[in-house]
Amino acid sequence: MNKVIIIGYGPAGITAAIYLKRTGIDALVIGKDLGALDGYTDLVENYYGFSKPLEGKKLIQEGVDQAKKLGIEVITDSVISLKQDESNFIVVTEKNEYTAETVLLATGKTRQTLNIPGFKLFRGKGISMCATCDGYFYRRKKLAIVGCGAYMQHELEYLNRISNDITVFTHGNDLPIDVDNPVVTEKILSFKGTKKITHIVTEKQEYPVEGVFIAIGVPSSIEFASQLGVIVEKNSIAVDENYQTNIEGLFAAGDIIGGKLQITKSTYDGMLAADAIYNYLKNKSKKA
Amino acid sequence: MVINLTKENFEKEVLQSELPVLVDFWATWCSPCLRVAPILEELGKEVKGLAVVGKLDVDAEYEIADQFEIMSIPTIVVFKNGKIHTSTLGVQSKATLRKLLEV
Repeated sequence: MNKVIIIGYGPAGITAAIYLKRTGIDALVIGKDLGALDGYTDLVENYYGFSKPLEGKKLIQEGVDQAKKLGIEVITDSVISLKQDESNFIVVTEKNEYTAETVLLATGKTRQTLNIPGFKLFRGKGISMCATCDGYFYRRKKLAIVGCGAYMQHELEYLNRISNDITVFTHGNDLPIDVDNPVVTEKILSFKGTKKITHIVTEKQEYPVEGVFIAIGVPSSIEFASQLGVIVEKNSIAVDENYQTNIEGLFAAGDIIGGKLQITKSTYDGMLAADAIYNYLKNKSKKA
Repeated sequence: MVINLTKENFEKEVLQSELPVLVDFWATWCSPCLRVAPILEELGKEVKGLAVVGKLDVDAEYEIADQFEIMSIPTIVVFKNGKIHTSTLGVQSKATLRKLLEV
C-alpha cells in the first residue's frame, strides 16, 4: 500500500514527488513516457536556471533522474484504469496493480483524439468511450470494440459479459494479445448511421453494428478519471484551491488542470499539490 | 431538493413544469453517476424556487430513458416548456449545471 501514487513523471509529477519526499512521504511515480515534451527536441529557453538550455526531452529525463537519485521510485508503465474501494485507490497498469491512499494525476494533456469521420457525430449515439458506464444500454446487441492493447482487453472482458456478439477492430494495427472474439484488422474509414450508428466502414466492407466502444492505445487520464466520476470541464480536470478534484484524496496538477501549459507553472502546481497531499494525509491520520 | 422522477410523475413534474427542469439520468451501477448525486443535492437547494432538479433511474424507468434515447450515463438534460433545451454527457460541476438552467 502506498501513501501517494503520482501518475505522470513530467514537471508536475516529479516536483510533487520531490516535495513529498522532503516531508518524509515516499510517493510511487508511474509514467508512460516523457509526455508533451517527449518528441520535443527544441531547446527550452524560457525555464529558469539553464544558461545552456536543454532540449525539452532531455530536461524531462533529467527530472526523472533527479527524482531517482533522491531515492524516489519511478516506474515506466501505462495506467489503464483507476478504481476505488471503500478507502483506497486502485491503479491498474498494463503490467501490475497498485493501491494508494491518495493519487495525484499529473499526466499532462497528450490526448488521443480519433480522427475517423462520424466519431463526433455518433458519440453518445452508439459510440461509447466507457464500457462500464454505458455497457448496460448495449446488452445482447451487436457490438464492436476498437483497439488492440491491454486497455482494449480490459474493456472487452467487461463487454463479453453483456453481449456474445462482439467483434474486435484493430484499425490497421496488429493484435499482440489473444482474444476469443472475431477480429477485423482492416483500417476503419468511417462510422455510418442516421440517428444512431449502424455501420463501421472499413477499406474492404461495411460491418453492421449497434454499438461501438473505443479503447485505443492507453486511456488518457481524462478518460480514466471521468470513468471514476471526476468533473472534467473544457477538457481539463476541475480542482479546488487545494488541487483536489471532486473525489476526496484524488488530486491533479500540471497541464491536465488547464491554465498555462508551461514547465514553470507545472512545477509550481506540483509543489502546491505536494503540500495539499501532505496536509490531507496528516488530517486523515488525525481523524483515524 | 431533488425529485425522484418516475413514469407516474414525469409528465407533471417535468413536461408540464413552468420552471426549467434539470433531469439527471443515472443508475446505481454507474460509478461516475454516484458523483453527480451530491452535486445535485447542493444545486437543488441553491435553485429552489427558480428551477426544478430531478433524477431518473434508467433501470427502473427505462421507458422514459428509451423515449429520450439515453445511451450513455450520466446524461443531464434541461427541459424548458416541456421540451429538451440542452443536454450534456458526463459529470459536471454545480456552476456548469446552473449555467445550463440559465437561472
